Amino acid sequence: MESEPLNKSAEIEAVHPVIEPGHTFASVTDKISAIVLTQKTPRFWYVGFGISFLLLMVLLYSIAAVLTIGVGLFGINIPVAWGFDIVNFVWWIGIGHAGTLISAILLLLRQKWRQSINRFAEAMTLFAVACAGLFPLLHLGRPWYAYWLFPYPSTMGIQPQFRSPLVWDVFAVSTYFTISLLFWYVGLIPDLATLRDQARQRFARFAYGILAMGWRGSAIHWHRYEMAYLLLAGLAAPLVVSVHTVVSFDFAVALVPGWHSTIFPPYFVAGAIYSGFAMVLTLAIPLRKMYGLEDFITLRHLKNMAEVMLATGLIVAYGYLMETFMAWYSGNIYEQYLMWNRMFGPYWYMYWALLLFNILVPQVLWFRAVRTNVVALFVIAICVNVGMWLERYVIVVVSLARDFMPSAWGRYSATAWDYGVFIGSIGLFFAALFLFVRFLPMISIFEMRELVHDTEEPK
Amino acid sequence: MKPETRNSKLANARLDLASIRERLASSRGQEYWRCLEELSDSEEFHKLLTQEFPQQAAGLLDGVSRRDFLRLMGASLALAGLNACRPASVDEKIVPYVNQPEQIVPGRPLFFATAFPLSGVGTGVLVESHEGRPTKIEGNPNHPASLGATDAFAQASILTLYDPDRSQVVRNAGRISTWSAFLTAVNDDLEAERVVGGGGLRILTETITSPTLGNQLRQLLAKFPSAKWHQYEPVSRDNARAGGRLAFGTDVNTIYRFENAEVILSLDADFLFSGPANVRYARDFAGKRSVRQGKVGMNRLYVIEATPSVTGAMADHRMALRPSEIPNFAAAVAAKIGLAVQSTIDAQRFQWIDALVRDLQKHREASVVVAGDGQPPGVHALAHAMNQALDNVGKTVVYTNPIEANPLDQMASLRELVKDMESGAVRILLMLGGNPVYTAPVDLGFAEQLAKVPLRVHSGLYEDETSAYCHWHIPETHYLESWSDIRAYDGTATILQPLIAPLYSGRSSHEILAALLGRSGETSYDIVRNYWKGQKIAGDFETGWRRAVHDGIIAGTTFQPKSVNLKAPSSNWFAGSPSVSETRNPKPETQNPQAEPGRSLEISFQPDPTLFDGRFANNGWLQELPKPLTKLTWDNAALVSPKTAQRLGLSYRIGARGGEHGRVFTDLVELRYEGRSLRAPAWIVPGHAEDCITVHLGYGRTRAGKVGNGTGFNAYGIRTASAPSYGTGVEIRKIGTQYTLACTQFHHSMEGRDLVRAAALEEYRKNPDFAQGEHHHESAGSLYPGFKYEGYAWGMAIDVNACIGCNACVVACQAENNIAVVGKTEVTRGRELHWLRIDRYYKGSPENPETFHQPVPCMHCENAPCELVCPVGATSHSDEGLNDMTYNRCVGTRYCSNNCPYKVRRFNFFQYADFATPSLKPLRNPDVTVRSRGVMEKCTYCVQRINGAKIEAERENRPVRDGEIVTACQAACPTEAIFFGDINNRDSVVAKAKGDSLNYGLLTELNTKPRTTYLAKLKNPNPEIKSD
Amino acid sequence: MTLAETQKSQPLAIYGLMAEFDGPEALLEAARGAFAEGYRRMDAYSPFPVDGLAEAIGFHKTWLPLLVLIGGIIGCAGGFYLQYWASVIDYPMNIGGRPLNSWPMFIPITFELTILVAGLTAVLGLLALNGLPMPYHPVFNVERFQFATRNRFFLCIESADPKFDHEATRRFLESCRPQGVYEVEP
Repeated sequence: MESEPLNKSAEIEAVHPVIEPGHTFASVTDKISAIVLTQKTPRFWYVGFGISFLLLMVLLYSIAAVLTIGVGLFGINIPVAWGFDIVNFVWWIGIGHAGTLISAILLLLRQKWRQSINRFAEAMTLFAVACAGLFPLLHLGRPWYAYWLFPYPSTMGIQPQFRSPLVWDVFAVSTYFTISLLFWYVGLIPDLATLRDQARQRFARFAYGILAMGWRGSAIHWHRYEMAYLLLAGLAAPLVVSVHTVVSFDFAVALVPGWHSTIFPPYFVAGAIYSGFAMVLTLAIPLRKMYGLEDFITLRHLKNMAEVMLATGLIVAYGYLMETFMAWYSGNIYEQYLMWNRMFGPYWYMYWALLLFNILVPQVLWFRAVRTNVVALFVIAICVNVGMWLERYVIVVVSLARDFMPSAWGRYSATAWDYGVFIGSIGLFFAALFLFVRFLPMISIFEMRELVHDTEEPK
Repeated sequence: MKPETRNSKLANARLDLASIRERLASSRGQEYWRCLEELSDSEEFHKLLTQEFPQQAAGLLDGVSRRDFLRLMGASLALAGLNACRPASVDEKIVPYVNQPEQIVPGRPLFFATAFPLSGVGTGVLVESHEGRPTKIEGNPNHPASLGATDAFAQASILTLYDPDRSQVVRNAGRISTWSAFLTAVNDDLEAERVVGGGGLRILTETITSPTLGNQLRQLLAKFPSAKWHQYEPVSRDNARAGGRLAFGTDVNTIYRFENAEVILSLDADFLFSGPANVRYARDFAGKRSVRQGKVGMNRLYVIEATPSVTGAMADHRMALRPSEIPNFAAAVAAKIGLAVQSTIDAQRFQWIDALVRDLQKHREASVVVAGDGQPPGVHALAHAMNQALDNVGKTVVYTNPIEANPLDQMASLRELVKDMESGAVRILLMLGGNPVYTAPVDLGFAEQLAKVPLRVHSGLYEDETSAYCHWHIPETHYLESWSDIRAYDGTATILQPLIAPLYSGRSSHEILAALLGRSGETSYDIVRNYWKGQKIAGDFETGWRRAVHDGIIAGTTFQPKSVNLKAPSSNWFAGSPSVSETRNPKPETQNPQAEPGRSLEISFQPDPTLFDGRFANNGWLQELPKPLTKLTWDNAALVSPKTAQRLGLSYRIGARGGEHGRVFTDLVELRYEGRSLRAPAWIVPGHAEDCITVHLGYGRTRAGKVGNGTGFNAYGIRTASAPSYGTGVEIRKIGTQYTLACTQFHHSMEGRDLVRAAALEEYRKNPDFAQGEHHHESAGSLYPGFKYEGYAWGMAIDVNACIGCNACVVACQAENNIAVVGKTEVTRGRELHWLRIDRYYKGSPENPETFHQPVPCMHCENAPCELVCPVGATSHSDEGLNDMTYNRCVGTRYCSNNCPYKVRRFNFFQYADFATPSLKPLRNPDVTVRSRGVMEKCTYCVQRINGAKIEAERENRPVRDGEIVTACQAACPTEAIFFGDINNRDSVVAKAKGDSLNYGLLTELNTKPRTTYLAKLKNPNPEIKSD
Repeated sequence: MTLAETQKSQPLAIYGLMAEFDGPEALLEAARGAFAEGYRRMDAYSPFPVDGLAEAIGFHKTWLPLLVLIGGIIGCAGGFYLQYWASVIDYPMNIGGRPLNSWPMFIPITFELTILVAGLTAVLGLLALNGLPMPYHPVFNVERFQFATRNRFFLCIESADPKFDHEATRRFLESCRPQGVYEVEP
């Protein structure tokens, strides 16, 4: 899919370069580090951070309530024993896929345009995964025993039940978080060194110095560094694919109609990339405007991401199509009823809204005019974020509400606490993001230098 | 000290011991030795305790031989230990439970026979007792009304015993008082009465079959010749009694022998579910429907009824008629049978009446016509006449003397009482039990007239609506707390023996009457025992008595059939019944169906299927028990047919939270009847008669207790004395607001899934394997090798054909497994905790659908999907094939519930189990964990019982016998629809059942390999009648 | 005498000599030249990875890939054994009728642990081989070296190099047309 921009890269590069001309090593370094070091923190930062911090408080309040009173505060019941908690979990995890994908897979594919967006995409990944990790903990009836899902020398002499996809989740998500963190940090080391050397205040020098671990840009270090980075990319690439595959196993391994389907892994992964890129766009567009980084995050980047979205969006559409077809073709009355129930049952509006946001709206990306129109891209990205959330809702709730025994059919609707935790997790996400753009370089400086070096004519 | 004195001391010490031994050996038989009021009250015992220690202790100091010492200690402590189960409130010496009384092995329950009284009639039960705490009710196999089974009420009655809201002290005008204060207070008034022969003394009781109580009342009337004894029972059998008198001129007690009946015609009679013999009748009825193991015969049931009932759901042919039309229908059938009754009827309205009559006539001596208690006396008389005409008397119908101590027309009796109160003739009113202020017909104005009585005394389990109107309230003992006796539907008498000393300062009716008789010292035990001393018990009294108490029945008390001679049917049979006008000119609903809304409808009053007449209102188990057909909990509703609802524009809305499995909003309607009105939520019931509303009694209590107050609406509020069971002229109109009802299963249809597999008998004969269904891939292949189950392999089979959906199993499961009550709000969110649910499906037209019941416990799948997905291994398989839950390992992901295709798992969303209330702690089954917040729970096949039996078997070094393990649901089931046992043992009952061609598994195409399977349902329609 | 000794010992007192360049090409050239001159104990510093620079100063191969491979194998084997041990040896349970060693269901975790251990090895190995974190290094004593992380390129020949001679080395470095040559305090 990413090969598409490659083919006609020549002429496109002419129209939209990956970095606007006229930049030197010094200029990129100063421009990016200035945001962190010298520039006065802009007002919108305080506003944005303030709002997200309030939402974060909502999260903490809701968590406290759920822990003390009980998971019954959520709208869940029998048969719909999973609700917002798992919906949000899958949604956040999906979002958390873009970062590592951009850094790892595009690196392996030698995509130059990744270099100015990978840093904050990775940061976004970390925060998204952190939010995601919250929900499996919260949805437990007895969250204080969550550690039982990890293998450890237990006095009960018992270990996790390794056949359960939930345990796979634990390993997949924690591995993913660890690797993404390392990847991100390794990428940061040279820039931290830059900040260390650029910073004027003693504390800043000290702090960044500690974090930079004495990096001095030695040729031999660079040599190993590139090797390690490449290896990490090589490891992270299959990891990214595996994580959402495992998440999809939570459903595919179960026998609930609407869950038990072999197509889940591929189209969950596609959906993850889809929503991931949507979120990157949602963040990149305002950021480049606010911080005047149009030179580094050019239309080219936006356009390429739009193209990735279009491609993955089509895969997702194919997934929906196949689900429907297989439901009919299987001749399985439960599957057939499920499809009918999705389309015309009590939750019909969810399904059609999902098709609208996820499939219909993004089709306008076929037009280059749209792909290079910043506002349009922003709106579409928001649509896709919403659509992907709806998809998870349809999969989790609607399937559970009506499965095999009509006598046990029920319904689900979220309570204030469900919304509290959901909105709160968004608060957590943005609070972390605002702190990141304030204290760390949101664009990889040394890679921009490389870019400058590669793009300028050899002397 | 001088030796001889010492010897003498020892001598009379031995003497004491001797007397103790004989005392122990004699009257206090082993069956009931723990019930010690009488023992501890007896002054010998007091002397014993007081005198024994000091004297012998003195003796001990100067070297009594060690053996003597031990003997003395042993004896005294043994006796003292016995009354350790009395609460400290009692003014007797408490001695710690230091040594082992014989028979009690901690952890091993004992069972005691007694009887569960309902409307004065008893059903024999065995009560499980753990270290002196009754915890569970089981049926008494020896008892004719039980045969080992019980109904839901009996199962739930154990909760009432421990109900913290029970009245606990004697109250005088609301202030706490004492028993002796009461005695002194009423004494003068009684004296005054005695002088005038008790002209102003009235006693109001419920129906009484207790011979002892009857005898005491007679004595009282002898002492106060002009005093009066009234009886009132809100759900009365007046019609049946009157019907008997009409037909035979004397009072009779009608007993049906369904085990001999091939064809049954029920005229609005819900004999499988209500009435004094429902458990027995259900057993006999089901026995005639089982076609397994060679039997190919099956009885045929015709039901004519207005409100869909448990019995109606079992019918092979059911017709929904308004109650007022049923006499007419009965007359028509009678006429066709050849009785001299005229009936105005257009035959085409009752399509299959001729086929029915032919069927009845074809089965002379093997058919039976049953009239419902709600139907007027005339219908009962007609039924008697028809049974006579069909030569059923003596075969399927038997008449005996009435079982009531004093049969009378209770409504008339109450009327008389109210009149006397009004005229001021009543000076002392003593109400033994009952709650007339709440249950009396509204038009009698009982409460207002009651206020005119100078001295009002009420005894009851609760401080209820009635005691609020009384000067004195006396806490009544629960039937598990005191001695008494009672008769069953066939006259068989049972001695009620207490399982525990009264938890509160309760008094039994016996003690109260004894007090009025001036013998206040007497205990229930003495009273009951002395009465039966007077009766002729086979053999010598002691052994006879002990046998009676042990067996739970008194041999030879069963009434013998008596011959009756029928009077000629006459038209005045129907005189005075509210249906007369209806009968004369029936109003077929084919006429102007599109009449204006609010046109006069018919109303039918029914006892509630879970609260009965309201006496169980504070019983959480029954409140939360889904009603057999409507599946409503915590509320009653005005039931109407779909057509009528449509005509009246009644609508409902399924809630977004809980939905079909929880929350339904229905229109609130106002019922205007006889100048009174009532607000009730409307509920649409398929199969209900048109233009008719059914309301259930027992709700809308104001002084029931924490649980029962303010649930539902009070149907007594519009129930009149003239028409206690049904009447016409109800106006109904929408109020415009909606009301939230908690309904555990709102979805009616099976959605074409073969969950309940059914066929007509003919089909089955043609194709015995119909139940195997079209898809035969039971053994859908697996890449994995299956698990081998050597040794025991527990399995269950449920006979859908026998299940009548009576709910006894559900409550039994709740009682056995400490299942918590969650309350209405949580039920509306689909969070009830019942491990065993009874699914109800409809098939066919909503006017008159076929109804199916399917009990669904855990299937204990061999390839359990729930286990696979549990991340912590909290649910796993035992090597005997049980799907075990490890509560303390569960972290509450609820993934197992999602992955359970049968949705039988239940989750503790909050802390549901009540760890706080002290009085509920002794109720719990000590063998079952009480679950805490955040853990999953589900049916365990009563694993505690399985292991109990295994331990027993191991101690005796033998394998567990078939039938040794009986699960709680199986034990309670009146129709023996549930089989449980070792399926590896191929001659076990359950293995045989599973081998039957009717056997099928639920959703086996998922390859879950369920251990619980079902036996398909069969119907036996009359070939002459083409199903509509 | 003493004065002479101090003068003798002077050259040894420094860590090395450092030349500053304004572009990667110049640095690369200088590095190649230095290597040709026979210098071995030297290092080049650049604000971003410059192709061929490490080779130019005679550094060719790293063991990192091998370490990562070993880490991956350990993670893979350990991961599977963890599950096998827990479900077959330590606490065998009949779970949904599946065999104790239902290996297909152990694969996801095996895979994840392979990645995890390999990834950790890559990062820790990188730091270890690079000798990071390093709280102190002489090159930072050069005032201008702070630009090594911005836009300047440095070549440092260490005094420990056998061919190192204060004068000759300085002369050589100046012959590479650097922006400047500095002494690096030890």
